[in-house]
Amino acid sequence: MSTPQQPLPASLSGATLTAGYYDLNEHDHPEGGSTLLGFWIYLMSDCLIFAMLFAAFGVLGGNFAAGPGPKDLFDLPLVALNTAMLLFSSMTYGFAMLAMQRGTKGPVIGWLIATALFGAAFLSIELYEFSHLIAEGATPQRSAFLSAFFTLVGTHGLHVTFGLVWLAVLLVQIGQRGLCDANRRRILCLSMFWHFLDVIWIGVFTFVYLMGMVR
Amino acid sequence: MTSSDQTWSFLMGRLSLDALPLHEPIILATFAMVALGGLTLVAALTWFRLWTYLWKEWFTSVDHKKIGVMYMVLGLVMFLRGFADAIMMRIQQAIAFNGSEGYLTAHHYDQVFTAHGVIMIFFVAMPFVTGLMNFVVPLQIGARDVSFPFLNNFSFWMTTAGAVLVMASLFIGEFAATGWLAYPPLSGLAYSPGVGVDYYIWALQIAGVGTTLSGINLIATIVKMRAPGMSLMKMPIFTWTSLCTNVLIVASFPVLTAVLVLLSLDRYVGTNFFTNDLGGSPMMYVNLIWIWGHPEVYILVLPIFGVFSEVTATFCGKRLFGYSSMVYATVVITILSYVVWLHHFFTMGSGASVNSFFGITTMVISIPTGAKLFNWMFTMYRARIRYDLPMMWTVAFMLTFVIGGMTGVLLAVPPADFVLHNSLFLIAHFHNVIIGGVVFGVFAAINYWWPKAFGFKLEPFWGKVSFWLWVPGFWLAFSPLYVMGLMGVTRRMRVFDDPSLQIWFVIAAIGAFMIAGGIAAMLVQYGVSIMRRDQNRDETGDPWNARTLEWATSSPPPAYNFAFTPIAHDLDAWADMKRLGVVRPLDGFRPIHMPRNTGAGVILSGISLIFGFAMIWHIWWLAIVGFAGLLITAIAHTFNYDRAYHIPAETVAATEAQRTRQLAAHQGASA
Repeated sequence: MSTPQQPLPASLSGATLTAGYYDLNEHDHPEGGSTLLGFWIYLMSDCLIFAMLFAAFGVLGGNFAAGPGPKDLFDLPLVALNTAMLLFSSMTYGFAMLAMQRGTKGPVIGWLIATALFGAAFLSIELYEFSHLIAEGATPQRSAFLSAFFTLVGTHGLHVTFGLVWLAVLLVQIGQRGLCDANRRRILCLSMFWHFLDVIWIGVFTFVYLMGMVR
Repeated sequence: MTSSDQTWSFLMGRLSLDALPLHEPIILATFAMVALGGLTLVAALTWFRLWTYLWKEWFTSVDHKKIGVMYMVLGLVMFLRGFADAIMMRIQQAIAFNGSEGYLTAHHYDQVFTAHGVIMIFFVAMPFVTGLMNFVVPLQIGARDVSFPFLNNFSFWMTTAGAVLVMASLFIGEFAATGWLAYPPLSGLAYSPGVGVDYYIWALQIAGVGTTLSGINLIATIVKMRAPGMSLMKMPIFTWTSLCTNVLIVASFPVLTAVLVLLSLDRYVGTNFFTNDLGGSPMMYVNLIWIWGHPEVYILVLPIFGVFSEVTATFCGKRLFGYSSMVYATVVITILSYVVWLHHFFTMGSGASVNSFFGITTMVISIPTGAKLFNWMFTMYRARIRYDLPMMWTVAFMLTFVIGGMTGVLLAVPPADFVLHNSLFLIAHFHNVIIGGVVFGVFAAINYWWPKAFGFKLEPFWGKVSFWLWVPGFWLAFSPLYVMGLMGVTRRMRVFDDPSLQIWFVIAAIGAFMIAGGIAAMLVQYGVSIMRRDQNRDETGDPWNARTLEWATSSPPPAYNFAFTPIAHDLDAWADMKRLGVVRPLDGFRPIHMPRNTGAGVILSGISLIFGFAMIWHIWWLAIVGFAGLLITAIAHTFNYDRAYHIPAETVAATEAQRTRQLAAHQGASA
């Protein structure tokens, strides 16, 4: 396949010319050649949704409407534990990726299950926190601050939930078809998704919880 | 509440017989007409046994060309609906004087202007623009399809599902009566307790999924699937503008999604994002929605700038003047379109320095736009211009759009805006740029690419009738609004006290009726052209002697677009090949790897439609079932690993031999 940058000389003719202007030795384009780029662009669009929710929290985060504020509500040690769960899950996913590079199906499945367990632990702690807040009367309806808090943190939680569903489906598919090209692509995409949620959580932890406590 | 009431509300939510507009004769008559038309269509399709054909060849197709055509059909159908709303408003405003209330009630009129805006932007302009990009871009870059063909089909059906919801709101319940951007607190639960705003939210959310995904798809396509040799600075301008538009889509539609989610939380959960009390901020909504809204108008107009660039180069028979400056102007507009949103609400009280910043950025945008206009004019300079319909629309655009642009710069001056904000001057301005830019551009594009899509040219006579009704009709309809805007008449008024204004509204209504004639002539043009298609066949694949790769293949192109991927050596790759007399390869064909059709897109969108409808009417059990159905169908689809097939080499050889015969016959006929 030739890709000259300059126009070909006009003296060429016939078959040579045709060969210069058409790719006569074309092979099938591998399927999914754009998947990673496409998924990356999707992640950036999702990142923008989070950016909006962060912005909303930034604007409304101080509007307590005479209700409880961060200092009354947040339990930092619990949130630290929660953060640890998510960070561990990212680490185990990294090990799954390493196992995939080695092409060993068993360890991939094992590490992915570990990831799912850490993810589930994260979600359980988050749900416990939410139920605790609601029981104290700090509901999403109480003030704009709480609306923004529950929406931002809850949207992240929904993403983790979705990631867990995806993980479960992927585990079945790896079990069925092993580490075929399509499955490798899917593991890679989910890996990007999972680490992306980690990055978002770092933002949430810093911006919502830590900054909230010094606010 | 009796127990039967409770059962009813569990089963049907808020939906009851009262939701049907039995007491509104206008809507009832419309419904009768639509129902009759729909039944006739269904009967005809059944009678001619076309359902299987449509399902197999179109609805489930992942071919970007067919999806592109379906987008255009959707845009056209919704255009008729949006225009019906427009002419209803023009008639109402022309007669509601001297104590007359006109013929529309306030509640109905408010829905009409809301629906008009929503439909024209989301379900007319967006499908038209997306359809054009879908059809043209892969052909222009020498690709066989887009990066994610299934996603493309799914995107189209999601857009259609949104359109169906808007149409349903006409007959079942009501549409939002808030204006097309549904500002809170008016759109909040306290002031809009009905289903109107919920229709608005779910129609836009469902269609928005489609738009975002198609944006991602086309970016990946343009970045990854260009023909060998086609470096970024050798991409055709339309592809460049499409790339920038899709970047804008991906970078702005998530903002719309997020802000509508917040509004729905306020309405469904009782949160306080945009409420008046408990710390909510309605002004934040206005900011957020315009952070999407301003890029949106550039999403619409950028590809249209691309259309005009292609048309101008082709019909002037020479290379576009200032290609690089055109590219840079497009990119600069893309970036600047992000930092001007506040000019939509200078009057909100952000203070002089903030207003100045956004006023200046807004004025700066006119520089790259002006550069584009000069490029088109310099391309035309000393060219042997062929005034076919696409070129006529281009010239009409250049004259019209410049005026619209200048009134835009006027509005960008904050003190002037304080006088003109929400006046008819603003209405005239944005119709001036959207009709004069986007709509005229879509007509240019339809006339230009129709032969490529269907293999025959459009009849010019009815097209010219349409043109000469549209362009003066547009000016007749909107010049009076400029005048009245300067006199201080505000938008969205249903009745008027000052009888001296009536003459202006009557003139505007006459203009609207001329436009109606223009639309009718356009439909006649399509009909007549289809009937006389054998006289207007395009056998060469290059009816306009054009310059870019889509004209290098036959009209209509085969499913695989190009038997062998072309290699680009020059900016105008096809003009370059014609100049050198490159002969297309006639043998050595290979099997071609193509994506397989699938019904998953239709099914998923259908379930989304049901889910949206259930959410609108608070039919919770159905919403849960719908959501679960969506999840299960989507997961089931991922278990389908067999998504491609090969077109055998013999089929390719036969198709190409057919084209060789056609070309030879054409050369024999013209020799």
